[in-house]
Amino acid sequence: MSALTVYVGGVGVWSPQLADFAALRATLQGQTATLPTARPPAALLPANERRRAPESVLLAAEVAGQAVAMSGCDAATLACVFASSHGDQPIMDYMCAILASAPSELSPTRFHNSVHNAPAGYWTIATGCHAPSNAVCAQRASFGAGLLEATSLALADARPVLLVCSDTAGSGPLAEVTASAAPFGCALVLSPQPGASTLGRLALHLCPGSIADAPTASAVPADWVAASPSASALPLLALLAQGAGRCHLMAAGSLGMDVHLEERA
Amino acid sequence: MLQSITPLAVSAFTATSALGRGLEAHRHALQNARSGLRANDFSLAPLECWVGRVDGVEQAPLSAAMAAWECRNNRLAWLGMNQDGFLDAVHAARERYGAPRVALLMGTSTASIGTTEEAYRRLDPDGGFPADMLRPPIHAPHSLAGFLAEALGLEGPCLTISTACSSSAKVFASAERMIRLGLVDAALVGGVDTLCESVLFGFNALELVSRAPCRPFDRARSGISIGEAAGFALLERIEAAPHAPRLLGYGEASDAHHMSTPHPDGLGAELALRDALARAGLEPAQVDYINLHGTASLKNDEVEAALIARAFPTTTRASSTKGFTGHTLGAAGILEAVVALLAIERGLVPGNLGGGDPDPACGPQFAWRNESRPVDVALSNSFGFGGNNACLAFARAGRAA
Repeated sequence: MSALTVYVGGVGVWSPQLADFAALRATLQGQTATLPTARPPAALLPANERRRAPESVLLAAEVAGQAVAMSGCDAATLACVFASSHGDQPIMDYMCAILASAPSELSPTRFHNSVHNAPAGYWTIATGCHAPSNAVCAQRASFGAGLLEATSLALADARPVLLVCSDTAGSGPLAEVTASAAPFGCALVLSPQPGASTLGRLALHLCPGSIADAPTASAVPADWVAASPSASALPLLALLAQGAGRCHLMAAGSLGMDVHLEERA
Repeated sequence: MLQSITPLAVSAFTATSALGRGLEAHRHALQNARSGLRANDFSLAPLECWVGRVDGVEQAPLSAAMAAWECRNNRLAWLGMNQDGFLDAVHAARERYGAPRVALLMGTSTASIGTTEEAYRRLDPDGGFPADMLRPPIHAPHSLAGFLAEALGLEGPCLTISTACSSSAKVFASAERMIRLGLVDAALVGGVDTLCESVLFGFNALELVSRAPCRPFDRARSGISIGEAAGFALLERIEAAPHAPRLLGYGEASDAHHMSTPHPDGLGAELALRDALARAGLEPAQVDYINLHGTASLKNDEVEAALIARAFPTTTRASSTKGFTGHTLGAAGILEAVVALLAIERGLVPGNLGGGDPDPACGPQFAWRNESRPVDVALSNSFGFGGNNACLAFARAGRAA
């Protein structure tokens, strides 16, 4: 198979250390970035939705909003792929706890917010988007698998695609088995063609038999990468902040993927 | 405007649901208009409702080698995988193309959350999971695909799609893209959802569960009956299986309306339908049968009936088969894709079981009873929470275009 090639037109990121992509850039240049607010602002959601939305949705909408704004794309026509290894852990913890004690008291709103595609649903509603939307996961490989899925869609249908990968922090007894110490979210807008806002060109190459389960050597602190399954995106985000380079991601549990970033010509 | 795609062969398929294990059980139940629904006997304090439960899951543990993946959802997956020679077809594809060249794309909404629920019912005195529940992969929504990748020895792209009730329809779209781009040569697609407290009490809290067996498109319908199912299909290029039925197209679209109720005009559903017809290169009049989403919820059926009435001629026949199997949620896409494929194979339009007194919104396209007629082209609709819509188009091999 030849490499899949797409252009990155926008980047979003949010974690307890990083308010946005500019903060990641500053951090990598040794500067001190302003720390983010306690909750992702998710300014793109209408105020009433923002109040109702669960944590997973705020996080995903925040990074999606950042990336789309940078790309200059119209969110209403942008296909989207939302990846998350565990979905909304505070809601999963709530549901399992209430089902164990008083199942008939389960909140209907929290139940419909528990679906893995809640961020995709809230996002498409907030942006009036009728394009295809997806919600995917692949255990610890969710970012790489989501990147492959979003890139496939962008190339197969010749359209720009928004990729979001985010995970809340673990919550309650569930936290023991999800290895998600802190929230992390990121987003990329991927286009089959270069454009005015293009940051760089990505070439993806699947590497059968090569399993990248060790963190790639990267400029970002290893403990940031270890804090969330979605933070496996950080080495690629660091390349985007620095301009060019290569990294290795898991595209699936037993499939590696080489990612080569070239600066915009 | 979308280009039509090169069709793919559905070289093997199978389903296991409340109707039984494998295709013959499904053919037989559909032919005889026999529902698989029963009074809810699932869980410790069952809700008063009807369910589509698969018999024998409790007596079908995974092998010792797969014990780390043990849970109801993976048991049902393995039961389903072992019907109709499907496992052999997967092994043959792996041999033919190589393990990294076969994608594994699974749709699920429940995954194995039922096992996480159990862990919470049996917490240790210190508040932690009991030792036998400290198996991280089964407490993640990728549990089903992770299990199958290991059990089947597949090493290609492996993705879970979880868009509520459209999940295991959308896997066909992802598979077609991967094959077209040359990432893989074949794709194992499908989905598995199992009964669990989350969905029973969750849909009940939303007042969407009927106390009686569900009655899709009936004037007096009162909600859904939840079911469980496993279904799988193997997609390859046509040259590999020239006589197999074909995936002609698919459509995906978003309502942008509400998290748990459909767009009142069926906007996303219609976009998905038009998208599927365009990719398949079909006019509405060329569609012989549509397996509807038809959950028996008040809103879904109203909106979907209106869509069929305005988009298709009376020669197109339509029905929901949720009255047979219940709403199998994340597995509904694959289960009803299999029903559409059986309709093509048998020349059987299954009647809309449970719809004795049709809703006035239903047009003359509805097949209220079984009809024997050639079915060359069949669609399957799947719509999910969050306004997530998908439509699949299948056809008989060698159909006159």
